[in-house]
Amino acid sequence: MSETETQAPVVAEAVATNGGELLRIEGLVKHFPIKAGVFKHTVGQVKAVDGVDLTVQPGETLGIVGESGCGKTTLGRTIIKLLEPTAGKIVFDGRDITKLKRRQMRPVRRDIQIVFQDPYASLNPRMTVREIVGEPLRIHGLYRGSEGRRRVEELLRTVGMSPEHANRFPHEFSGGQRQRIGVARALALNPRMIVLDEPVSALDVSIQAQVVNLLQQLQDEFGLTYLFIAHDLSVVRHVSDRIAVMYLGKVVELGSRADIYARPMHPYTQALLSAVPIESPNLRGKRKRIVLEGDVPSPANPPSGCVFRTRCWKAQEICAEETPALVPRPGGQHPVACHFAEVASPLDEASNANGQPSPTS
Amino acid sequence: MPEPVLSVNELTVEFKTEDGVVHAVTDVSWELYPGEVLGIVGESGSGKSVSTMTLLGLIPMPPGRVASGGATFEGEDLFAMSKKRLRELRGGQMAMIFQDPMTSLNPVFTIGAQIMEALLAHHPDMKDDAARERTIHLLETVGVPFPERRVDQYPHEFSGGMRQRAMIAMAIANDPAVLIADEPTTALDVTIQAQIVEVLKAAQSETQAAIVLITHDLGLVAELADRVVVMYAGRVVEQGDVFEIFNAPRHPYTVGLMKSLARLDAEQQRLEPIPGQPPSLITPPPGCAFHPRCTLSQGRAVCRTDVPVLRSPAGEQETHRSACHFAEELGAADRVGVGSGVDEGT
Repeated sequence: MSETETQAPVVAEAVATNGGELLRIEGLVKHFPIKAGVFKHTVGQVKAVDGVDLTVQPGETLGIVGESGCGKTTLGRTIIKLLEPTAGKIVFDGRDITKLKRRQMRPVRRDIQIVFQDPYASLNPRMTVREIVGEPLRIHGLYRGSEGRRRVEELLRTVGMSPEHANRFPHEFSGGQRQRIGVARALALNPRMIVLDEPVSALDVSIQAQVVNLLQQLQDEFGLTYLFIAHDLSVVRHVSDRIAVMYLGKVVELGSRADIYARPMHPYTQALLSAVPIESPNLRGKRKRIVLEGDVPSPANPPSGCVFRTRCWKAQEICAEETPALVPRPGGQHPVACHFAEVASPLDEASNANGQPSPTS
Repeated sequence: MPEPVLSVNELTVEFKTEDGVVHAVTDVSWELYPGEVLGIVGESGSGKSVSTMTLLGLIPMPPGRVASGGATFEGEDLFAMSKKRLRELRGGQMAMIFQDPMTSLNPVFTIGAQIMEALLAHHPDMKDDAARERTIHLLETVGVPFPERRVDQYPHEFSGGMRQRAMIAMAIANDPAVLIADEPTTALDVTIQAQIVEVLKAAQSETQAAIVLITHDLGLVAELADRVVVMYAGRVVEQGDVFEIFNAPRHPYTVGLMKSLARLDAEQQRLEPIPGQPPSLITPPPGCAFHPRCTLSQGRAVCRTDVPVLRSPAGEQETHRSACHFAEELGAADRVGVGSGVDEGT
């Protein structure tokens, strides 16, 4: 894979500068074969994740944002090995878990848990809340009699539910409460890291805030590390310490919250930030809006060179010829995968128009 | 003031279910004036969709039932008219855009055939050539590239954003006076949403239609609506000019919604959620349905016993109304959400 090769120097640098990370992924690739015909020949590959390097520090929240089809969900599932990586390396707490078999993964699963988007689909409707929350304990042989019951009740209290809810079934709860149950299940084994895959996007606004606050409170209380995957740029801004912006299977920009929201350098990040409607009519007609043309290309047949070039207003010949590496670019410190990266702050203009101080922190 | 094109008067809609009667919409009134965008906002179960779909005869009855109230389109009673007349209006002078363009387009007909069908249904005398030409023009208006070619393609050959454009083209085909858009951008990605917002604006300027924008997305409302109706548990809790609603909300639910939002344009310490859960619509709380979650009510008896009427709080414009017994107590300090209490730009 020539693409992973071109990114190799970046990986080496990341390893050299980052010591105590909890998770490190290098050149991670996940392709899904496209099968066709009677004999199910593989006729192509959907390049869902196509060479991603990331590190996650203990106790931090790394936000992963992008639109549908950018590979953020596949990335999350591949990291915890619900999907087998096609290539690349996953190192958790210093241990290479890339090649571990299902059985060998079991002890690692105690440390990395996942919370899914849809609280209606991710909880077994035939199980009581006690069974759902207690299941990870049972699988790991940790659910013993009254102690197990007590642990489940304690977990329910931790997520703001009453222990009396333990005997009920998921359908008796609203979306927000179900998501709390999902969080309680994820917490059962005292994990160090939780992959949160769109944890609040199926919830109503007033309930989203409850769950976001719960997640933050749990992080403070238990020192949890989060990989927070979402398409909602406002929620990601609120919860994340650092953010990776993904487009067509690749990370196109990676930086601190201030880097991404106040000093974005990738045209795609800038377009995203300018496109989100902001809840203030005072901004009408005062924001400069970058309306991208066209749609995201198919991940089965991504453009050559820079994957964003087909929708980018800055694209030149070089963009089709050379894949831009994710490295710091002139004018900024954080890594950006763009040949023509430069700082522009769509939100600064927005807050100025709204009579607010600049969001730069 | 001009006559409203669409008006809803004390509409109450119920659904009979195994668990009991669901009070989906209770005593809802609003008017839509020519050329304006009216945003109807609320969370799931607030009745925002049901109240509007009822007007179009799109709610299956039974189990649904209009228990009381009425609605008129340009003075004509929508509930008393014949099915034939309602069909004439629907897709003609009252057109709809739905959330999910995949399920609202027929997969076995080309995009062009479906738009032409909509045209011919309301203009039986139109020649096929003219209909095709008009269809291509409509696709061009909504920004479908190569309309001459794409007119003959099937829905599966269109991406989500393009399908939504085709839906909008179909909706404006017959120059509607009213366009009802139910979560028109919800199923779409942010960058595609931005495109569709532009298309909606273009569609409105082409047809001069009044738009009812039903959505849970306060950002979209802030951007597009002229006036706003806020719904909670089947009732209108606040209504007013979009600047009044966002900059000086007068209902604790509206205030709570604004405060619970994560903001794109500001750093926040902690979000302030509305406590508790939305109420059951089968056994809604007595009095004000919001009182169990309300920070202003604080156990005051009147909130539990009396349904608050929608009225103009002291010191507000006549057009700004709130259904809260204590709307006057919402001081500036309570109301200022992040980035809201600013009145420059109004």
